[in-house]
Amino acid sequence: MSESAVAQAATAAADPAAGDPLLQVDDLKVHFPVTEGLLKRQVGTIKAVDGVSFKLARGETFSLVGESGCGKSTTALAVLRMQTVTAGRILFEGVDVTHHSAARMRPIRRRMQMVYQDPFGSLNPRMKVSAIIGEPLVIHGLAGDREAHRARIRELMALVGLLPDMADRYPHEFSGGQRQRIGIARSLALDPSLLVCDEPVSALDVSIQAQVVNLMMDLQRRLGLTYLFIAHDLSVVRHISNRVAVMYLGRIVEIADRDVLFNAPKHPYTEALLAAVPVANPEIEANRAQQIIKGEVPSVRNPPSGCHFHPRCVHAMPRCRVESPALRPRDDGRLIACHLYD
Amino acid sequence: MTDTALPGTIPTATTRPLIAGADHPIVAFCGRLLREKPLGAIGGVIFVVFLFCGLFADVLAPYAANETNMAARLQAPSLSHWLGTDHLGRDLLSRVLIGAQLSMMVGFLAAGLATVVSIVLGLLSGYLGGKVDMAIQRVVDAWMIFPDLLLLIVVVSIVGSGMPQIVIVLGLLYGIGGSRIVRGGVLTVRETMYTHAAQSMGARTLYILWYHILPNVMPVVIVLFTTRVGAAILAEAGLSFLGLGVPPPAPTWGGMLSGDGRTYMYMAPWLAIAPGVCLTLVVFSVNIFGDALRDLLDPRMRGSR
Repeated sequence: MSESAVAQAATAAADPAAGDPLLQVDDLKVHFPVTEGLLKRQVGTIKAVDGVSFKLARGETFSLVGESGCGKSTTALAVLRMQTVTAGRILFEGVDVTHHSAARMRPIRRRMQMVYQDPFGSLNPRMKVSAIIGEPLVIHGLAGDREAHRARIRELMALVGLLPDMADRYPHEFSGGQRQRIGIARSLALDPSLLVCDEPVSALDVSIQAQVVNLMMDLQRRLGLTYLFIAHDLSVVRHISNRVAVMYLGRIVEIADRDVLFNAPKHPYTEALLAAVPVANPEIEANRAQQIIKGEVPSVRNPPSGCHFHPRCVHAMPRCRVESPALRPRDDGRLIACHLYD
Repeated sequence: MTDTALPGTIPTATTRPLIAGADHPIVAFCGRLLREKPLGAIGGVIFVVFLFCGLFADVLAPYAANETNMAARLQAPSLSHWLGTDHLGRDLLSRVLIGAQLSMMVGFLAAGLATVVSIVLGLLSGYLGGKVDMAIQRVVDAWMIFPDLLLLIVVVSIVGSGMPQIVIVLGLLYGIGGSRIVRGGVLTVRETMYTHAAQSMGARTLYILWYHILPNVMPVVIVLFTTRVGAAILAEAGLSFLGLGVPPPAPTWGGMLSGDGRTYMYMAPWLAIAPGVCLTLVVFSVNIFGDALRDLLDPRMRGSR
């Protein structure tokens, strides 16, 4: 195999969405000004998302993982155009939506929906379940006549495993798992192609988490959905994802297929993150080599120079302090931003 | 604002209703009012009685309010005149009843207008935020500098006294002041995830305001309305007492207190007692009722006294 063919194969593996991606994010930046005093003088910038690029193939689950505050939720909100984008490009179904007005976004919002973390806060306590699930249809004027609307709501409820007689109840009468099902049914009402799931199971009991994750995987198979899955629970991510991107302080440090990433993490931060997951067997847990990350997550307001991870990295070199590593493809198909692998 | 039960608790299902239809939210709410806020319930009942008297004053009043009878001047309460008569021989009970009608009209119209003004300003200011919020709030600040009664007296002395101007001025006064309270509620609801969800679905601003924000600030609005009814009734009585309210011979409680009530206080004390007691009872009852509503509609107060 020629060298270029290897490189091509590598990019294809790292980038299965190369042909016709559903969603393409190029060098996305979301910066927030830090202001002080009465005159709102800008004294700094929080680079919540700082140059993030990825692509989602149709039908896949792409996970963004990282510690709190690494910018994964902000990225998700920017993709939905719920957050002002500072720079970069967002292409959805081949259309650049980065600078669409609210009116031009309206038809596009039908194709991208969000599933929320908090199943208690994301449902209006004063609306009946049927009204909540049917709401997207009403908003987009697709409710049709009464009978068709009710039938569609029943269909959606059946799809997520809710009983039809629950339609006239209020959200507070349901458990967390059921409420999350209501939220998922609502997000499916408009037949979207992309679901942005912001920690959809982290507020649920562990036993319920599995049910909801399996429901989501089942729905993906049946409806051909694409998931942008935001999470910090790595076991859930491993279960549901096709590909995983690891974020640290607003940047992606590694993107790889799920098995590649979980079996052989390469970026020092990914390694440390995976090592932090406890093993269920206490004997293995006691004896396995623990790689504990030194120090605290630095402030986003004042991130370290060069590679953001260098102050905590066991492999840090002088170069890491000055030069920020680019996200580059490796021959095993993954993308890594680390000077160790340059 | 969140009407949430903790996971695992079965809301209201443990107490089965005894009467058919008792699971209706309004019926259930009245039950809670009686159980948890008996004083508020009494206030509510007294207020409803006065409301009823006001609504049906024309039917209930034994005499016409301005029918004079010189043969029966300044009579003490008797069987033919339950509350006595004034210096023109007018039946005091009839006048108090018609006065209730006037007071209720001023109270409800002014409080209604105030509520509408509060909702519109509060929703716009709280939801849109930014420059709109800034502009509206500075106007509200400026407006709130003026003492209520002073502003009323100025307006009435310019355009003359009469019910429409009193209602409009009171409505604007209370409405602009109350918009702060609605705005506060809107700020909370605006940040909820269900509002965010509606935005991400592509809902228009008016839709979100009407279906998500407004229903969830309704508890605040209801309490605002009840307290403003009492305040408007009292303000109208105060104006009438000063001779700037609804002009005579219309029988207003404030006017009855200041006119005959004061002049014949020693000869015929019932002239002042009847409208005074009514005024006190109405304002007192509507205020404790409003307080009870505020406590009951606040989810954080659930289960506490």
